[in-house]
Amino acid sequence: MPRHRMHLMVCTGTGCVSNKSLGIKEALERELEKQSLQEEVRIITTGCNGFCANGPIVVAQPEGIFYQLLTEEDIPHLVEEHFLKGRPVEKLMYSPPEDESPIPKMKDIGFFGKQQLIALANRGIIDPENIDEYIGRDGYKALAKALTSMTPEEIIEEIKGSGLRGRGGAGFPTGRKWEFCRNAPGNAKYIICNCDEGDPGAFMDRSIMESDPHAVLEGMLIGARAIGAGHGFVYIRNEYPLALERLLKAMKQAGEYGLLGDDILGTEFSFDITINRGAGAFVCGEETSLIGSLESKLPEPRVRPPYPAISGYMGKPTNINNVETWSNIPHIVRRGAEWFSGIGTETSKGTKVFSLVGKVNNTGLVEVPMGISMREIIYDIGGGIPGNKKFKAVQTGGPSGGCIPESLLDIPVDYESLTKAGAIMGSGGMIVMDEETCMVEVARYFLSFTQEESCGKCTPCREGTRHMLNILENITRGKGEEKDLDLLERMGKLIKDTALCALGNTAPNPVITTIKHFRHEYEAHIRDQKCPARVCKELIRYYILEDRCNGCTLCARNCPSDTIRGERKEVHVIEQEKCIKCGICLSVCRFDAVRVE
Amino acid sequence: MKLKPEDLDKISEKMRASTVLREGAGRARITVHMGTCGIASGARKILKAFMDRLEESAAKDVILTTSGCAGLCSQEPMATVELKGEAPVKYIDLTEEKVKKIFSGHVMGGKIVTEYALALGSERIL
Repeated sequence: MPRHRMHLMVCTGTGCVSNKSLGIKEALERELEKQSLQEEVRIITTGCNGFCANGPIVVAQPEGIFYQLLTEEDIPHLVEEHFLKGRPVEKLMYSPPEDESPIPKMKDIGFFGKQQLIALANRGIIDPENIDEYIGRDGYKALAKALTSMTPEEIIEEIKGSGLRGRGGAGFPTGRKWEFCRNAPGNAKYIICNCDEGDPGAFMDRSIMESDPHAVLEGMLIGARAIGAGHGFVYIRNEYPLALERLLKAMKQAGEYGLLGDDILGTEFSFDITINRGAGAFVCGEETSLIGSLESKLPEPRVRPPYPAISGYMGKPTNINNVETWSNIPHIVRRGAEWFSGIGTETSKGTKVFSLVGKVNNTGLVEVPMGISMREIIYDIGGGIPGNKKFKAVQTGGPSGGCIPESLLDIPVDYESLTKAGAIMGSGGMIVMDEETCMVEVARYFLSFTQEESCGKCTPCREGTRHMLNILENITRGKGEEKDLDLLERMGKLIKDTALCALGNTAPNPVITTIKHFRHEYEAHIRDQKCPARVCKELIRYYILEDRCNGCTLCARNCPSDTIRGERKEVHVIEQEKCIKCGICLSVCRFDAVRVE
Repeated sequence: MKLKPEDLDKISEKMRASTVLREGAGRARITVHMGTCGIASGARKILKAFMDRLEESAAKDVILTTSGCAGLCSQEPMATVELKGEAPVKYIDLTEEKVKKIFSGHVMGGKIVTEYALALGSERIL
């Protein structure tokens, strides 16, 4: 392979691609050729870099210079100045919001500096569509070790010793799960990779699959060897076309190298994988529903036990882990249980990938050691709340999780602490909310999601969530009653105790935690018919301040429902009965004359 | 091609130059100064000469990079060679012949080619 002096790592994760990073790549190719640099500078397309808020992103190696928010017009200057003349271009670098001076190197940017990468170790460093690049970073060496110098029992001991727990939500110890399945009677056994990531705002499994698909494959191969499975499935959402494409390419390349199929690495171990595309039903993330879907049955959960480890796919012992869990496996086998268990807290080892979204400056994908505080994630990595607004709460675990208020921001992020706070680790969605978020509306939104996704098999989930949702809708319309809060709490507890699967068991969490930590907001809706965050449309009113309005007519011209009256250069008035409360008048007014109460 | 365990190491070795470059952690780093003055006095040829030497030697742990004008325009083309753990050395008035000697003597051999060197060390950045 010809040598290049410089590698340009162009992020082609889903986020950057939708910000036109492929156009950036083409512009780079054009300009490099124009400057006759194509023999010296190489372009590599990588998976998600993580700093999605600032895409499209290009990292110039070996210096590690981080370029962000690029447009095609920036490229000619960038190529000439930096890649030809060696002068990094400051105006295309990242500057933190509180500081004007740009930070050239990726490793010095706060967003990256506090992260510790295991599951995402190869993100932005390799081309995920080239197996040699994965092998160049010690890829498939853990598999070679597992096949040639470890017994299946020793592999399981290593995973148990590492303390790795399932990254899909419940946090069950992975090694023990494997052991149950290995010890289960029967010859035909299966393993499954759950890539049916469904929580709103969560995208870590997609990103791992897009940026390092071989790590998932290698993890599955090691798991299959340990458990004694000859066949595996990847259950992947059809809404993840890029992840699927890269997985298919990875499988093809692994097959050509004899890393999938018969007699892997020249040993007697054989293993193959079938891909199953999910149609987007949230309940399919639940393991028994997922297995049902694989068997071409209705995706409905069933009572456990028997657990899939005893009776899973086609009634055979089956082990199911999610993408992030599988991608941790090669690192543990290669570097040892002790290394892994040295990271994290007493009960939660290693790292966790979170998708940091919502009202936070640096939205994106972050991997942090267990035990880090929520405050560090949101402020040091996330860069705080935009627009000098006040932090209100963070929702972890998506619709199954709970809201954590400011007073609990310093708790360590691990499975136990989050559960104690009423939230869950979940798959790692982290939605930040500021003072302009209505907590009743948040609870209503998440419950409407789970209610819609409830499969309908068990009564508590099907009927219970619907009734809770009705009550919440009434409260957001100012029609709540004093007794509603007790009723919501009682119903929530009942559903948690009696629903058939985790979808129902966790659906009341957002309601219960918001009542616990933000009871005063519910009471304001019920007693005063007021929405303190000024979100719930039926409880707010837009009006124009007489002494500030100069009759510029901008609001009237932009009003979609034609409800603003007033002549040019005269005070305007909003006709309340026709107002649809879209807030456009507020956002267009240049004289701060529109108010909301 | 079906791999055997030992083939993984071979592929890894083949990829090492790439890996070292992406991790920015080579044993040696060569910086060719590419200001307008450098380019005008032939820095691109010098860069090319270093690239050819790299290719020829198959050294995997050497990083070749560029930077702007070093400030001593009359002595261009210039390059800085820095071995891990040692002070950087600036070479001046380079030619392709000199590049050959610097590459084999200093970059690969670890001995500074004093006859072409300007001085030891770099400016302090305050």
